[in-house]
Amino acid sequence: MKAFLILEDGTVFEGKSIGAAGEVISEIVFNTSMTGYLEVLTDPSYAGQAVVMTYPLIGNYGVAYEDMESLKGWPDGFIAREISRMPSNFRSEDTIQHFLEKNNIPGICSIDTRALVKILREKGTMNGMITTNEDYNIGEILPKLKEYKVTGVVEKVSCKDKQEYVPGDIGSVKTEADRNIAVIDVGTKKNIIRCLLNRGCNVTVYPCNFNADEVIASKPDGIMITNGPGDPAECTGIIEQVKVLAGSGIPVFAICLGHQLMALAHGAKTYKMKYGHRGANHPVKDLETGKVYISSQNHGYVVDLGSIDKSIAKPWFINVNDGTAEGLSYIGKPVKTVQFHPEANAGPKDSELLFDEFMKMTGGNK
Amino acid sequence: MPKIDGIKRVLVIGSGPIVIGQAAEFDYAGTQACRSLKEEGMEVILVNSNPATIMTDKDIADKVYIEPLTVDVLQHIIETEKPDSLLPNMGGQAGLNLGMELAESGFLDSHGVKLLGTTAETIRNAEGRQEFKDLMERIGEPCATSELVENIEDGIKFANKTGYPVVLRPAYTLGGSGGGIANNEEELVEILTNGLRLSRVGQVLVERCIAGWKEIEYEVMRDSNGTCITVCNMENLDPVGVHTGDSIVVAPSQTLSDKEYQMLRTSALKIIDELGITGGCNVQFALHPSSFEYIVIEVNPRVSRSSALASKATGYPIAKVSAKIALGYTLDEIPNAVTGKTYASFEPALDYVVVKIPRLPFDKFIKAKRTLTTQMKATGEVMSICTNFEGALMKALRSLEQHVDSLEGSAYKNNTTEEIEEMLHIIDDRRIFVVAEAIRRGIPYSRIHEITMIDEWFIDKIAILVEMEERIKNAKEIGRELLYEAKRLEFPDNVIAAWTGKTEKEIKELRYKWGIKAAFKMVDTCAAEFASETPYYYSCFDGFNEVEDISDRKKIMVLGSGPIRIGQGIEFDYCSVHSVWALKNEGYETIIVNNNPETVSTDFDIADKLYFEPLTPEDVENIVRLENPDGAVVQFGGQTAIKLTEALMKMGVKILGTSAENVDAAEDRELFDEILEKCCIPRPKGHTVFTTKEALKAANELGYPVLVRPSYVLGGQGMKIAVSDNDIEEYMAIINRYHQEHPILVDKYLMGKEVEVDAICDGEDILIPGIMEHVERAGVHSGDSISIYPAQSLSGKIQKVIVDYTGKLARSLNVIGLINIQFIVYNDDVYVIEVNPRSSRTVPYISKVTGIPVVDLASRVILGAKIKELGYGTGLAPKSDYLAIKMPVFSFEKLRGAEISLGPEMKSTGECLGISDKFNEALYKAFLGAGIDLPKYKKMILTVKDADKLEAVDIARRFKKLGYDIFATRSTARVLNENGVLAIPINRINEEAPTLMDLLLEHQIDLVIDTPTYGDKMKDGFIIRRTAIETGVTCLTSLDTAAALLTSLENSDKGHLSIVDITSINKNSFN
Repeated sequence: MKAFLILEDGTVFEGKSIGAAGEVISEIVFNTSMTGYLEVLTDPSYAGQAVVMTYPLIGNYGVAYEDMESLKGWPDGFIAREISRMPSNFRSEDTIQHFLEKNNIPGICSIDTRALVKILREKGTMNGMITTNEDYNIGEILPKLKEYKVTGVVEKVSCKDKQEYVPGDIGSVKTEADRNIAVIDVGTKKNIIRCLLNRGCNVTVYPCNFNADEVIASKPDGIMITNGPGDPAECTGIIEQVKVLAGSGIPVFAICLGHQLMALAHGAKTYKMKYGHRGANHPVKDLETGKVYISSQNHGYVVDLGSIDKSIAKPWFINVNDGTAEGLSYIGKPVKTVQFHPEANAGPKDSELLFDEFMKMTGGNK
Repeated sequence: MPKIDGIKRVLVIGSGPIVIGQAAEFDYAGTQACRSLKEEGMEVILVNSNPATIMTDKDIADKVYIEPLTVDVLQHIIETEKPDSLLPNMGGQAGLNLGMELAESGFLDSHGVKLLGTTAETIRNAEGRQEFKDLMERIGEPCATSELVENIEDGIKFANKTGYPVVLRPAYTLGGSGGGIANNEEELVEILTNGLRLSRVGQVLVERCIAGWKEIEYEVMRDSNGTCITVCNMENLDPVGVHTGDSIVVAPSQTLSDKEYQMLRTSALKIIDELGITGGCNVQFALHPSSFEYIVIEVNPRVSRSSALASKATGYPIAKVSAKIALGYTLDEIPNAVTGKTYASFEPALDYVVVKIPRLPFDKFIKAKRTLTTQMKATGEVMSICTNFEGALMKALRSLEQHVDSLEGSAYKNNTTEEIEEMLHIIDDRRIFVVAEAIRRGIPYSRIHEITMIDEWFIDKIAILVEMEERIKNAKEIGRELLYEAKRLEFPDNVIAAWTGKTEKEIKELRYKWGIKAAFKMVDTCAAEFASETPYYYSCFDGFNEVEDISDRKKIMVLGSGPIRIGQGIEFDYCSVHSVWALKNEGYETIIVNNNPETVSTDFDIADKLYFEPLTPEDVENIVRLENPDGAVVQFGGQTAIKLTEALMKMGVKILGTSAENVDAAEDRELFDEILEKCCIPRPKGHTVFTTKEALKAANELGYPVLVRPSYVLGGQGMKIAVSDNDIEEYMAIINRYHQEHPILVDKYLMGKEVEVDAICDGEDILIPGIMEHVERAGVHSGDSISIYPAQSLSGKIQKVIVDYTGKLARSLNVIGLINIQFIVYNDDVYVIEVNPRSSRTVPYISKVTGIPVVDLASRVILGAKIKELGYGTGLAPKSDYLAIKMPVFSFEKLRGAEISLGPEMKSTGECLGISDKFNEALYKAFLGAGIDLPKYKKMILTVKDADKLEAVDIARRFKKLGYDIFATRSTARVLNENGVLAIPINRINEEAPTLMDLLLEHQIDLVIDTPTYGDKMKDGFIIRRTAIETGVTCLTSLDTAAALLTSLENSDKGHLSIVDITSINKNSFN
């Protein structure tokens, strides 16, 4: 079946329909990872967005459910050049086509994804519609596209109730736990929790409408604020709670949205990048050691380095390519945050050692 | 400015002659490294014995030594030039081994030379089998269970413990020389014996067999700060068991999930970090196809064939960045030249698929075993880029120029399905076609996978191509949708035409009517995330064209020479690159089209634009339609480019230089005869024929021996000397394996002295940089002959005749640019045997030794300059102060079963040079450069055909005088003894022991001289020659070569070789 991708600027790509039937309006973003399409599809940070994979062959190794980063697929839409007709991998249980259908994600393939990415790169991230309606009326659609705004996504992706995990759960290493970590779920990937479990932590996951005092009262050894979708500045309620967590003296490690929320809680500003960083190849430099790590990234907003009060926090990591903030270290507080994803999945595991540093912050080997 | 203090003069070691396993990729790496060093203000001293390389140009390094790559020579150069540092990891295994020897002996330390890049310890840890294994165990990275053995018994013991099959890998060899898989004790003993001898340290690793696992490679970089990145990963379509150099390789990996991809990436980075490598490194893995188990196969702590491929596949210049790292820069400080916005610490992201297919030499060695093993056999490779795997595979197939444009398997139509299934077990260069046929026959994927272990994802992709083939063949009328889909999968118009009963033109017109046209996309390292200006493009049919900056400048298209193969080597890349540089200098925009990932010409900063595309008329036309070049240059890209002349003219592209009609005239026998007659130039009598019957008639009319060859070929492909009707029948059958569009030539064979000339002609004047003379008599292909400049034995009168003939021929053929002519001097008469109105194999070497920039001048002449104005005079140039002797280098030991005796069909893979102001020294250096370092044991075997016996007496006497013991077959021994030269008779192979074979296997023999009878069907000679090669003994098949070797041995002073910096040659003679 034919499908169309209509962009806010009036560009129309004609391709073939994949995944669920139906029509969707969303923000179109691109990801440059060459592997890990399933991890991307199940990363809650993509809620409210339709994602284009720049690597042209998608679905080659099928779907292994254990690689899912959350319980379902989140993007509003999926865009690829070619979907493999026959996946091949010893763990493959399903096809990407079927996965998209099951998760009610409409998509389009057989389009020139490179041409699309160039438009997004030049004009910046924009909204678009995926539709199978051949009689679409562009005059009616364009105003709708311009109007569309991603909102309320954190509430959508966060868990609804508190959850408890112990080492050995969700495929982690079964060890004796020696500490408790509170995880603030603003859209967490499973592997953040798994990385903590692997290091001998009991994990309590709190939904995004958590109460900071309750978390502090449970006396965790450390607090992790996770990744998540959307505009961080919109999360005013959460920011207030994060401010309380930061002042508690309990070690905090925050990733991605968590990093942005922490910065906002300290008076810094965030802004929307032209087209964000989404991929598995971004070099980030540790300003303390000079060492560069290749990181997995997925963010459209970034903390404005210039807005940070130097007496409150100092840059920890920066992006080698564009010099943007990739990590902050808070002065006088056991609080460290990174914009990139040390938990990887998809992407390189070079910076996973940051979880070890977090463990040190929470009291070395107990 | 380097980051490390005190680096000013850097010595760079090249990789020497091209052999299988060590080819043009090191010219690419070395050239890039030298340019990168010079960019930083370094003085670069280069040593490489290979004169055909671009790296040995005076534009590339400040001092250039084309000298044998031996420890003695390097020490001499270091003492003379006093470099402060040495960069050893750009010259392949050969360069690395030398660097190691110099470091380990303490020579570098005592001369204050710092080893740049990687330390000797790192190299030892990565390359020494046991050290590597220990290191891997220490860091918990899995290696195959293995044992390093130094004798046969330990090998057998290990194999009995782990069970067969086992893999054997000799330590410190290149291209896996002497390695293999043994399925039983007998095979183990055979391969192990050989491997122990070939290893530089007499060690062979015997390991658990992991054949059939997925073979995955990672190209990684590390800087002194410990930052590590992956440039690219690659997956071999052929599972473990086939050398990666002989495998079809795809980048990036296709069948790995992120878990497996990251698992291996993490392992690769851990290894490179633990080894402490600074620079580029290649890590090869075997990955179990149905679990996460993996094994580290090998680590190469240097640039390699794979790093060249990864550089071209991603646009990330590994060698260049490695050189910068060696100077102390870190990855986050080195800008990415492609984007100009990112840094070398940014891992490339691909938004296309890359396929590499090896170019195997079985068209040259039709008797050699085609089986592919862990010992590499390919001479070169092609790469292609497309938006889908099927398309990339199709493009790569036609880039090979092996008469194959699709996977259609007409060769198998008479085989039963059972036979096809049986054939799937054979692992050779035809396997992918057998897989396609198996799919056609309906053999299930699972069965094909079970036999071949090729991943089903690849099998399905091949099936998609087979299905498309059937859809096209079955289509009553080809519709728009089908045609679009066929083009998306890169089926060429000529194939679609043949299958639909239409002409190629009709298909093209249909395409244009329906708007199905090739679009060009950029290779930008970042999947379009950042705007890039790299002018590096590939085509596809399913996208928008993004080549926008079509300039108004006058532009010229230079056609490259495709994959390296025997007969068309790196020399043509040298010529193409120099032509591009010359045209750029003259103010033109240059466009290069080529498909060889190993070469300098496909570096994105050579021409103004690089199109990485197959060199077929259709693919080239796609570029022509877009760029509308003002002209095309075909005379520098070997036969590959010449073949495109007619097609280019039909597209309306002006051919710069010698016109197509004149190229034709040189190849068309009748036209050529007319010209010769007009100029009163004699040539050996001959006829043109098409059929065997006509050939027999011609041969008998001329009288045997005769020379039989197809026209329009390079490297004497299919050329044979026939002495009987039987030979004619055999050779004609071989030639006519492929449909011949042009007639076959049958000429009288004259056994005279062969002389070769390269000349530049502007239509009026000519410039001959020098006359070269071959050591071997006519009948040995010029590429396989030892070539001497300046000619030593020609009288002034003969030289005059040669210059006269050259001028007449060049003018009569209206040559504008280069011409190469081969003459025979026979009974004091000069005959023309071949004229090629294009650049030749000898151009780089003659340019270097005379100091005359031949390609540069020819390029300017092509643009309209007159030779008179160029400042190098006209006619025959004055002799250089130096003699240069070009020595062919062979790779016979890599090709089991290949006939090694020299003849009119070229067999050498590379060459080296001996330069000196003294003839004997030049000759000695040439032999030394080719690895012939004698005497050792002073024992030799002589067995010659009857016609050579008397001539052999003098040769034997001279060897005797040098102290050699001579063993000879009975008849040869008798003649020698009768003539007063003591020779020990020895039994033939089928006689009782001890025989010739036993003697060879005792490893005390320096040299075998065996001249084969033409048309010799006797197995004996063949077995002796093969055994000699496989046991590492020098084997000569021409008495002329033997005499030359003697001359060099008699007169050499091994200890005191002079060295020549070629940048100083003729510096002033033309001012």
